[in-house]
Formats: sequence, structure tokens, C-alpha cells
Amino acid sequence: MGTGSFETRKGQILFYVLIVLFIMMTTFPLLWIVKMSIISQSELDATPPTILPHTFDLHSFETVFGEDRFVSGLRNTVIIAGTTTVICLSVGSIAAYSLARLKFALQKPVLSLILAVAFFPAVAILGPLFLMFDSAGITDTYQAMIIPDILFALPLTVYLLVAYFRELPLDLEEAAKVDGASPLQAFFRVTLPLSIPGVATTGILTFIFAATEFLFANTFAFTSETQPATVIIPQFATQFVTDYGAQAAASMVLTVPLTIMVLLFQRRIVSGLTAGAVK
Amino acid sequence: MAETVTGVEAEPRPSRATPGGMLRALRSEFTDRDRRLAYYLVSPAVIIILLIAVFPILYAILLSFQDVIPNQPTTWAGIQNYIDLFVDPDFHKALVYTTIFTVVSVGIEVVVGMAIALALNRVFPGRGVARATTLAPWALPPAVAAIMWRLMFQDQIGIMSYLARTLHVYSGTILGSENALLVVAILVDAWKTTPFMALLLLAGMQVIPGDVYEAAKIDGATTAQQFWRVTLPLVKPALLVALLFRTLDAWRVYDLFWVMGLRQLQSVSVFVYNGVRISQLDFSLGNAAAVFVFLSSIAIAFFFFKVLGTRTTE
Repeated sequence: MGTGSFETRKGQILFYVLIVLFIMMTTFPLLWIVKMSIISQSELDATPPTILPHTFDLHSFETVFGEDRFVSGLRNTVIIAGTTTVICLSVGSIAAYSLARLKFALQKPVLSLILAVAFFPAVAILGPLFLMFDSAGITDTYQAMIIPDILFALPLTVYLLVAYFRELPLDLEEAAKVDGASPLQAFFRVTLPLSIPGVATTGILTFIFAATEFLFANTFAFTSETQPATVIIPQFATQFVTDYGAQAAASMVLTVPLTIMVLLFQRRIVSGLTAGAVK
Repeated sequence: MAETVTGVEAEPRPSRATPGGMLRALRSEFTDRDRRLAYYLVSPAVIIILLIAVFPILYAILLSFQDVIPNQPTTWAGIQNYIDLFVDPDFHKALVYTTIFTVVSVGIEVVVGMAIALALNRVFPGRGVARATTLAPWALPPAVAAIMWRLMFQDQIGIMSYLARTLHVYSGTILGSENALLVVAILVDAWKTTPFMALLLLAGMQVIPGDVYEAAKIDGATTAQQFWRVTLPLVKPALLVALLFRTLDAWRVYDLFWVMGLRQLQSVSVFVYNGVRISQLDFSLGNAAAVFVFLSSIAIAFFFFKVLGTRTTE
């Protein structure tokens, strides 16, 4: 957008007021819940609520970490999202290499099929998956969540990696091929080692995607043995009905690491996610 | 994307106009060593999609014409499940709530997101910080975002309820009223997704060359004219893709409603869940609603692609 009406001094001030307002609106709820998680019980119960924390008290974190199923929920999240990420990266990186670098007639249909999964409503296959997992005897296991998670994380993995592989210069691969390397060797010896930063970022995003999944976890995990944190935390709202500090602390334990990861990788996230949209 | 695709088209290949030509084309695809490798490399991903998405959705459609109670023999039901579904008052309510949620939340996200993108498209000190903070809410699991906002709207200690009472906006128990919960759900979705929408639109704006604006300015275009005549038409492809993604996402809303309303707020996906997972006597009804979500999503995507001319890749 051109400079236009923002050129005047009054316009400049208005512009900054809007920007500050916007940043406050995005971050306020996060900061508020952080505040709620670190204050004493009496400050939590105060009306009107205090704006800045007057006390510093970690009793809410003691409450949630004292709950066995909260700790096991975090462990389950790491196991489910971690396994999903490893499988998605293995399957996704070779598919992405093929789609970005090799030539074949069905390239466009395959890309469209993968994109279609990103549009696909997960809830549509809930019934059949439930029947299938039930008859296979794998309900209430990690697999029951990992299998659908792989499907829905795969488009993200493939699209990010295709965008990344396309940015790499072709020269080194060509040089390897001139030296007699097959396309597969060129991929494993040249492209993949060069892509470690891109693969790592993609892995982190896939992990975040799988860690925030709720529908399948809430359907297929019946016990705290398998339930991930996204299912356990809302349960706190019904269990610790009035312990608002514990609810705030539980939310923070999951939110803070995810937020930090996104802030660190925001540039790549945006370029990866918009690659298909604007190019 | 354009490069590789045109690269494929440029390869001399036998004509696919006749069945024999098609067969020869297919055979030539698999006799070429490099092309065969390309197929091998994408096959695991394609097999995963066929097994976990295509087969189950076909199965779901088949099941929607049967009377199903898990672990009991099924009987043929014809279109009875769909008849039951469309006369179900809970489903009507779910449909109304989901429609309101989708239209209003996506509407807010586009308008506010566009304003933010326009602001972020200017060079100013502190722009990096502003851009970085935009993505923070996006990473939150919707279920956890719902819990956080419930705390802020809590009757006794919630800051938002306090503000609503003090400013005389709303004095009732917000979390106790379904309509108020729907408003809050829209608010949370807008909070979570507007910044992301803004970044997608910003990416679309940044590929517009600066001299287009220079030319518009020389012709005497005002700021408003520059927006309507230059920015909007040029950002339209990115806008449509973002809009399609968001509309489909909002249309299948589950997590936010389920947690926000502590299981009481209906959406079409919540309706599916209640049938398939909670009260399994309603399995068939829930599954029919699931097929409805699938078909209506295709209809929405079709509308975007054919009527609005959305392009995902060019």
C-alpha cells in the first residue's frame, strides 16, 4: 500500500496506535493466563481482578504437576506427535523430492490429491475409523491416534518440503548426476544433507500440528494411559472446576513451548504455507 | 510450481487421445528408469491417502445407507438415515450455529486481516516485532485456547466478564448462555486466526511490484482508489485461497465448540461426534451427518474453484 494518508503527523500517530492495539489484542490473552498461573490463591479470587501480578506463587504449577495424568498426558503428546513426525518426514521427504525434482505424468494429480487431504474434513471418517479400529482391537492405543494424524499432517510436510527443495540450486545435483550418481543417490548424498535446516523446520511444524490434534485423541483414547495433553487439559476444567489457577497453569505448560517454536520459525512457516497460494 | 509442470508438458510423449495411445504413454512412463523412480518415491504417500482417507470415506458413504450399531449386525436402511437427519431438531440447531459461526468468523477474519496486512505492508520501525507476535495465537491447540478464554469469561474472576459488566455490555452469566457462548467462540476463532489470515494476505501483497502504485499515484489515484483498483484485484488470488481454507476449517469446527461449551454447544461436527462416539445408538445418524460434512465441504470447494475462480497452483 502506498503511503497516502499516513504521511501526515496525525496519520503517523494513528497508525502506531492501531499497531500497538493490534499487538496488545493478540498477546493479551496469553499474558493474562501467564499472570493467572503465577499468582496466589487470594489474588486469583480478587474482584475486580488485578491487572499486574501483585504476588508470585507457583502453587498452581505444583497442583498440575502433582497430577499423574497431566504428566502422562505430556508424555503421550510427545510420543504421538513424535512418531507422527518421524513417519511423515520419511514418507514426505521422498514424495516431496519426486514432486519437486523428478518428472512424471501424474505429478499434478498427485499434488492435487495431497492438497485435497488438507481440505478434507477429519470428522467425515470418524465413524468408519472407529469401527475399523474397534474390530482391529487398537482403540485406546497410540496407533489409533498416530494413523489418522499421519494422514492429516502429511500435506503440510509435503508442501513445506516441496517448497524447500525447489529453492535449492540444481547445480550440485546435476554435478552428482554427471559423476554417474542415480537420482536416488543424488537425493540421499546431495539434496537431503543440504536440506537439513528445511527438514528440521518441517519436522517442528509437523510436530506442532500433531501435538495440537484433538478430535481423534478425544475419540480413540479412553484412558489417561494414552490420552495426550490436549484431551487432559480440558478435563481439568470439569475436575478442578473452581481451581482457575490450575487450569491456567495447565494451559501454559503446553502453550509456552509451542508459542516459542512458532516465533522462532515464523518466517519459514509463512513462506512455506503461502508457497502454494501466491506463486 | 509452474516450472516443473511445464517441464513435464514439454517432454515428448505419445498422444493420449486414443486408448492405445494412453496405454503406450503409461508404458513409456514405467520403462523410463527415472520416471519409474518418481512413482516409487510418491507411492508411500499415495498409499497412505488411499488407505486412511479414500477407503474410509467410501466406507462412510456405504455405512450411511445402513443401520449400524457397533458390534451388532448391520441391516440395509436405504435413505432413512438421511431422512432422520434432516428432521432432527438437534441437527437443525447444529446447522444454524455452524453457519453463523462460519460466516461471521471468516468475515471478521478477512476484513480485520486485510487491515492488518495493509498496515504490515508498510516499512516502519518495529515491524519485525509486530509480524512475529501475529503468529503466537495460531500455534495454540484450539482446545487449550478455549480453556484460556473460558477463564477470561468466567463469571466471578474473569477479566472479560468483569469488563462486560462494568461497561454495561452484558450482565448475565456468559458461559451459561448458548448464544453468548457462540459469540465467544466466534471471538476466540477470530483472535486465533485473524493474524494468520493477515500474514497470508501480506504475502500476496508483497509480490505486487512498487511501480504499479507509482503509476497509480502519477495518475492521481487516492489511497482508497489504490486499494480498490490496485491492491484488491492483485491480492485476490491469495485472498481466495486463504478464504477457502478458512471457510472449510470453520465449517468443520469441533474442538472449539466442544471445549468452549463443555460439550453443550452444537456444531455439525459435534453432532457427528455425539452420534459416532458418545451415544452409539445414534451411530448411523452421526455417520450420515459426517457424510453431509464431507459433501458440503466439496460443494464449498467447488463453489470457490468454479464460481469464484480460485487457483491453488498455476
